[in-house]
Amino acid sequence: MTITDETITYVAALTKLSLSAQEQEKAKEDLGRILGYIDTMNELVTDGVEPMSHVISLQNVFREDEVTNKEERENLLSNAPAKKDGAFLVPKTVE
Amino acid sequence: MDITKLTALELGRQIRAGGVSVREAVEAHLAVIREKENDYHCYITVRKEEALSRADAVQEGILSGQYTSPLAGVPVAVKDNICTKAVRTTCASKILGDFVPPYDAAVVERLTAAGMVMLGKTNMDEFAMGSTTETSYFGVTKNPWDITRVPGGSSGGSAAAVAAGEAGIALGSDTGGSIRQPSAFCGVTGIKPTYGTVSRYGLIAYASSLDGIGPVGKDVADCAALLSLISGGDRRDSTSVPQDRFDYMGALKGDVRGMRIGIPKGYFQAGLDAQVADAVLAAAKVLKEKGALLSEFDLDAVDYAVPAYYVIASAEASSNLSRYDGVKYGFCAPDHKDLQEMYKRTRTEGFGDEVKRRMMIGAFVLSSGYYDAYYNKALKVRALIRQSFDRAFENCDLILGPTAPTTAMKLGESLSDPLKMYLGDIYTVAVNLAGLPAISLPCGCDDQGLPIGLQLIGKPFGERDILRAAYCYEQETGGAFCGRC
Amino acid sequence: MKNYEMVIGLEVHVELATKTKIFCGCTTQFGGLPNTHCCPVCMGMPGTLPVLNKKVVEFAVAAGLALGCEITRHCRFDRKNYFYPDIPKAYQISQLYLPICRNGGIEIETDTGKKRIGIHEIHMEEDAGKLVHDPWEDCTLVDYNRCGVPLIEIVSEPDMRSADEVIAYLEKLRLILKYLGVSDCKMQEGSLRADINLSVREVGAAAFGTRTEMKNMNSFKAIVRAIEGECKRQIEVLSNGGKVIQETRRWDENKDTSFAMRSKEDAQDYRYFPEPDLVPLVIDEDWLTRIKLREPELRDAKMKRYMEEFDIPAYDAAILTGAKRMADIFEETVAICGKPKEVSNWLMVETMRLLKETETDAEELALAPEKLAALIGMVDAGKINRTVAKEVFGKIFMEDADPEEYVKEKGLTMLQDDGLLREALSRVLAANKQSVADFLGGKDRAFGFLVGQMMKELKGKADPGMVNALLRDALASYQK
Repeated sequence: MTITDETITYVAALTKLSLSAQEQEKAKEDLGRILGYIDTMNELVTDGVEPMSHVISLQNVFREDEVTNKEERENLLSNAPAKKDGAFLVPKTVE
Repeated sequence: MDITKLTALELGRQIRAGGVSVREAVEAHLAVIREKENDYHCYITVRKEEALSRADAVQEGILSGQYTSPLAGVPVAVKDNICTKAVRTTCASKILGDFVPPYDAAVVERLTAAGMVMLGKTNMDEFAMGSTTETSYFGVTKNPWDITRVPGGSSGGSAAAVAAGEAGIALGSDTGGSIRQPSAFCGVTGIKPTYGTVSRYGLIAYASSLDGIGPVGKDVADCAALLSLISGGDRRDSTSVPQDRFDYMGALKGDVRGMRIGIPKGYFQAGLDAQVADAVLAAAKVLKEKGALLSEFDLDAVDYAVPAYYVIASAEASSNLSRYDGVKYGFCAPDHKDLQEMYKRTRTEGFGDEVKRRMMIGAFVLSSGYYDAYYNKALKVRALIRQSFDRAFENCDLILGPTAPTTAMKLGESLSDPLKMYLGDIYTVAVNLAGLPAISLPCGCDDQGLPIGLQLIGKPFGERDILRAAYCYEQETGGAFCGRC
Repeated sequence: MKNYEMVIGLEVHVELATKTKIFCGCTTQFGGLPNTHCCPVCMGMPGTLPVLNKKVVEFAVAAGLALGCEITRHCRFDRKNYFYPDIPKAYQISQLYLPICRNGGIEIETDTGKKRIGIHEIHMEEDAGKLVHDPWEDCTLVDYNRCGVPLIEIVSEPDMRSADEVIAYLEKLRLILKYLGVSDCKMQEGSLRADINLSVREVGAAAFGTRTEMKNMNSFKAIVRAIEGECKRQIEVLSNGGKVIQETRRWDENKDTSFAMRSKEDAQDYRYFPEPDLVPLVIDEDWLTRIKLREPELRDAKMKRYMEEFDIPAYDAAILTGAKRMADIFEETVAICGKPKEVSNWLMVETMRLLKETETDAEELALAPEKLAALIGMVDAGKINRTVAKEVFGKIFMEDADPEEYVKEKGLTMLQDDGLLREALSRVLAANKQSVADFLGGKDRAFGFLVGQMMKELKGKADPGMVNALLRDALASYQK
């Protein structure tokens, strides 16, 4: 399968990765080969087969609507790269 | 007596009998770590001081009757994608290089409650993506049987640590073969349980519908003991099957009379190393002599397991790994000028090549216009693979085959060609797609002296069947191959 | 000039009134210091997993049933993938392929008559966190307290043609959801949010025009303004030969206008796929029946009951049940004082007047039933008269005053002391000889004047009945 520059640029944007020109070429080649191999799936006729997203037959797993958690902000923020006043700090998002 | 050569159960027995103290057990393993870790690099993090103080606490607990588990006091290693409270958990990635979880994984709680002593966190392929433990940000792990070779992956650190005596037993995770293949390469035993048997709570996700935690041990009984400890329902994992904890030890009978064992013809075609094929077929013969009934059959759709696996696993991974964005935890690229740049630089600098490759494949197969042709198609192939296994299990109790097509490769050999590495997963990924249990155990060595893995695959929740056959084989052939290196 | 008409469809997000979040045991309480209503699960920390709150499913099904929807018996969750700091997992757990409710609709009524508005689907999802601009750092602060609060998104068909219809639809929707108890529907707190998809086309045209989506209106008033403004803008664009661009626009309350949101750097490709961490949901007949049986009394039933049980006229019953809050206050007050007619009267007249005066939505009505009941009790016991009672009610309504304390403090208790009344009577009769004479001469109107003088003398605190009786007695004795 041939992968175009546009496709690589698109998937890189979706996954928030930047690629150098060299990495872009390598990605094109790798993805092309891998997807080409993946295309062999098409040899298998799957008409009318129900897609299997879950492998176990479990259904209806619930929790009851009861508060079980306590405040633990300190813990939750302990790994934050940047924080202020009990909140995570990120570059400006407001338009 | 070399404590580190004992099986975990034997060590546990001696600890409970008072012949070995927990501190002695821990110190013995720490001594091996001190001696060999520079060569093998099984661990990302070793918790020497904590393990020693924990050893004393556990010793008291054993004496007071708090800890009665057969594995109480046994030093255990935990793969570094399993969250450990207050202990750095990195997934072997730069992006989680300094991540310290404020919680324990469900399995870690179980280990702690049983009085096991954690020595440290083992090396792995970054985010469990790889078959060689070479994609780790923290450097490669080497195979204790031959340090010019890979230990397999992604649980390479766990398998190598057990093989080298750097841990009494270990936990690994298996998404496409990541417990079984390194177990095969390192001459140890590993189990990938039925999907839903062991809680995934606290296992850092690679591919949620395929991931599972399992034991890596010196022999079948060790694995059965650890599996008994960690299996059972957990309300925090919706996909964990509510069941009473299983005692798998009862399956270790040393007898396979009347068991029906299926051998897929397709498994022994081109691509399989001749010495591996011979060893696996010889193992089948051993079981036959013990009274098992062998039959050959076709496992048709399984030929498409590798492509379907890479579509599904990559798709789920691309989503699971999007949370590493520099906001809440882990690495964040410094000096970014805006949000988009922060995202991109954090992720570009934080992830390694293989992870990036799979995230891009995953984003592609889910993207608008390709979902049906790739992702949905793979889910249909997955359904057919499961049906294929279901049909096979109408006529047999378990399936026997190789774990990997070859023995351990030379370091660096696989990295250049990702597709070739993916094809090495041919015997393992179908098991994950179908959610089945499987065990890998040593069945001999090739002419290089490298261990060969035998894989036994069971029906859903058929852990007892594979343990029974594996134990019988092990007993018949003189026990584990561990301790050779 | 061509004639245009609007075509409007709504996506209404409603926060469900569960105690806990959709996938973890954290509280859904509004407010709280940043990140204090959070845990590793709703913060998407590595290795954590979601477990579905059963109540969320039951609320979604209840809403679906009340909105005339079909319930999807086999449904599941999907992941919607995109990067933004307010969603910590970089995906939102939502429903795309198999939403829980489909193909419903409700009837609305406007000045132009009755009309059915179709409901395309209802799906369950988790809310996002809150981003707050920090002017000191010129950065954004992220608070995940709202993250994981359960939402249902109610997607209408593009069936509305005017702002009136939109408001009627929203009011009806809100009334139903409030009666069901599945949401408190407070727009100010964001528990009801409407995104408006609007396009215009020439009257008579079959095809829809290009639509825009408007977000961030936090009152019905803002919604009306936004619709009117956007309609005008689109017609202007088209009249000038331009084309409407499909885009998302953000309403700015302060500037009273909407702005195109800066288009995201990359394409919107959400890559939905089935959520592997949650198992499928099967809603069987049995469960559905149980949810149906649990359905609380809805408006029509309530109206009928008020008429039958309390003998309240149809018109009054309609007003009392026109807001869930009003009906709740009515019933709670009646339960305390047992005087439905009196309670109804206070709500219908004084309450409605004050709501209008203060421009308060009936659903936001804050009136303590025990205070209203106490007031009614005081009037009943003859402790205060109606004029004083109105004043006291005003204080309860505006300031949540305690009626008994207020009356005591202000000395408003009705005068029961015969001696005081008689003293006042003699003063009034002495000071108004002419009026007494007028009355005795047959001018009935003079009686009213004398009553007024009495009340003035007694600073309004007398029982009008007693004053009347005393005065009548006194005048009768004059006549003799």
